[in-house]
Amino acid sequence: MAMLSFEKKYRVRGGTLIGGDLFDFWVGPFYVGFFGVTTVLFAALGTALIFYGASQGGTWNPWQISIAPPDLKYGLGLAPLMEGGLWQIITVCAIGAFSSWALREVEICRKLGMGYHVPFAFSVAIFAYVTLVVIRPVLLGAWGHGFPYGIFSHLDWVSNVGYQYLHFHYNPAHMIAVTFFFTTTMALALHGSLILSASNPKKGDVMKTPEHENTFFRDAIGYSIGALGIHRLGLFLALSAGFWSAVCIVISGPFWTRSWPEWWGWWLELPIWR
Amino acid sequence: MKTLLSHAPRLGLAFGVALAAGLLAGCEVPPQKSEQSGYRGTGMAQITSPETLEKIAAANGIPEAQPDADDGGPRAKEAYQNVQVLGHLSEGQFLRVMTAITEWVSPEQGCAYCHNVENLADDSLYTKKVSRRMLQMTQAINTQWTSHVAQTGVTCYTCHRGQPVPANIWFSDKGAQTAGFAADPSGQNAPAKSVAYSSLPRDPFTSLLMGKGQIRVNGVEALAGKPGEPIQSAESTYALMMHMSTGLGVNCTFCHNSRAFSDWAQSPPQRVTAWHGIQMVRGLNNDYLEPLRTTYPAERLGPEGDAPKAYCSTCHAGVNKPLGGVSMLKDYLKELSPPKP
Repeated sequence: MAMLSFEKKYRVRGGTLIGGDLFDFWVGPFYVGFFGVTTVLFAALGTALIFYGASQGGTWNPWQISIAPPDLKYGLGLAPLMEGGLWQIITVCAIGAFSSWALREVEICRKLGMGYHVPFAFSVAIFAYVTLVVIRPVLLGAWGHGFPYGIFSHLDWVSNVGYQYLHFHYNPAHMIAVTFFFTTTMALALHGSLILSASNPKKGDVMKTPEHENTFFRDAIGYSIGALGIHRLGLFLALSAGFWSAVCIVISGPFWTRSWPEWWGWWLELPIWR
Repeated sequence: MKTLLSHAPRLGLAFGVALAAGLLAGCEVPPQKSEQSGYRGTGMAQITSPETLEKIAAANGIPEAQPDADDGGPRAKEAYQNVQVLGHLSEGQFLRVMTAITEWVSPEQGCAYCHNVENLADDSLYTKKVSRRMLQMTQAINTQWTSHVAQTGVTCYTCHRGQPVPANIWFSDKGAQTAGFAADPSGQNAPAKSVAYSSLPRDPFTSLLMGKGQIRVNGVEALAGKPGEPIQSAESTYALMMHMSTGLGVNCTFCHNSRAFSDWAQSPPQRVTAWHGIQMVRGLNNDYLEPLRTTYPAERLGPEGDAPKAYCSTCHAGVNKPLGGVSMLKDYLKELSPPKP
């Protein structure tokens, strides 16, 4: 693959976390590194195991293939391969692949002398996944509380786990997470449209400046958060959405077993109107 | 302004600490108990807090059975006057069950709660007429509704728990009769324990546990061909289910796989028992409880002038098997079943 003339300048040695110079090279456009190798190994093994599980599962319908976690009776122990053991190994592979990918991002950041914002952001997504398949199952005492790996089956799991608490919309952390998800899309839509409105003029028109962007919002709502600020805000909103999603599921079960509407009893008991 | 701003971080910290403490105070502390009820990975499980279970168990203590009585001797209807329901018992058994009923229903008030102590056969107290009907109801439950109560059966204590008026009863509630912007036509938006404090209609019972309302809101085809049930039907169904769940101390997956609520083939067997329970409660409310309206004094009636009625929590009291599944009936089989023909 062709390399752009200036790219060489950025393809520098060093910055690796592990393995020294051993994997410090590129394949085509892709940086490899120790964690690139582990990413490939974990991802390949995990995917192969999913295909193996599918071959034993009785259907090749992609919607219906499902790798289910063990029965609750196995607790936090290992389960036989075809009774959830596969799910356990695939979970290890998934966490291995995701973490390797994040660490590979760290190495690239170090090479370029950049901040770790991208791997940090990705780590929040990994944290949300780990909350679902490790932290919450451990708090509840059984791997069987993890979700199954399948397109329809994981949706059925989400539905039933929601109904374990009768009405999940009353989960306070779920409320916060949903609000962050919607706010993220709003902020992204405002930002995307603003940038396009200034930097994608009609043919023949001149491109506008960041001052135009700022002025638009000052005229509209009296305040502009600014070119750097909008990205800080966007990152905060997006990571908060993922973070509170993790919170909303980890409190469901380990810290609250009854219906979520009932949790709001403290509100009804406030001395102002009790 | 400046001083306020300079305190902002500390104020923020204090607020954060208060918020975290508040959130934790509302928690049940792990570890919890969990029990799987469906295929692995379907999320069909009951998760319960041992602490909460202990509290429920403590509230569900069972009184000891009265010492056995001899079956011989004259029948109660010969020994006493005006014994309409329990006349087939021996005198000893009759006195034994009367003693038990006093312990179950009016331990503080004693015999005089139902009886004119000058003349025990006198029917002048409304409570006596109501208890007679309640005995008939208990006998009917134990013989005609074994599809729901199985051989465990019920006694007066199942509902009364030592109180003349059971703790969990319901009256019709039409909702606040306001107009305009604050109108409340479907009885929503005022938190009620009966529907687990959700914003669902707080009286789904008049329609679904007494009237002819149907719990059939799920579409039966993948793509809705014709208009389905109105949203109000779905809301009252959901409200009734909230009551059933909290009344039994279980979650929705105890009876349903939520991927297809209405499909019997995918539902746990408990749903069949629950279905019979709905039919039973509907029958009891229509045949026994509501007709007592004219027997009760006004202070026993609800705001709409209706008689107190039963729903799931009346017997269940937060436990999926009332009183932990212990059969008190087995000690009173003869007394609380109708006479054999």
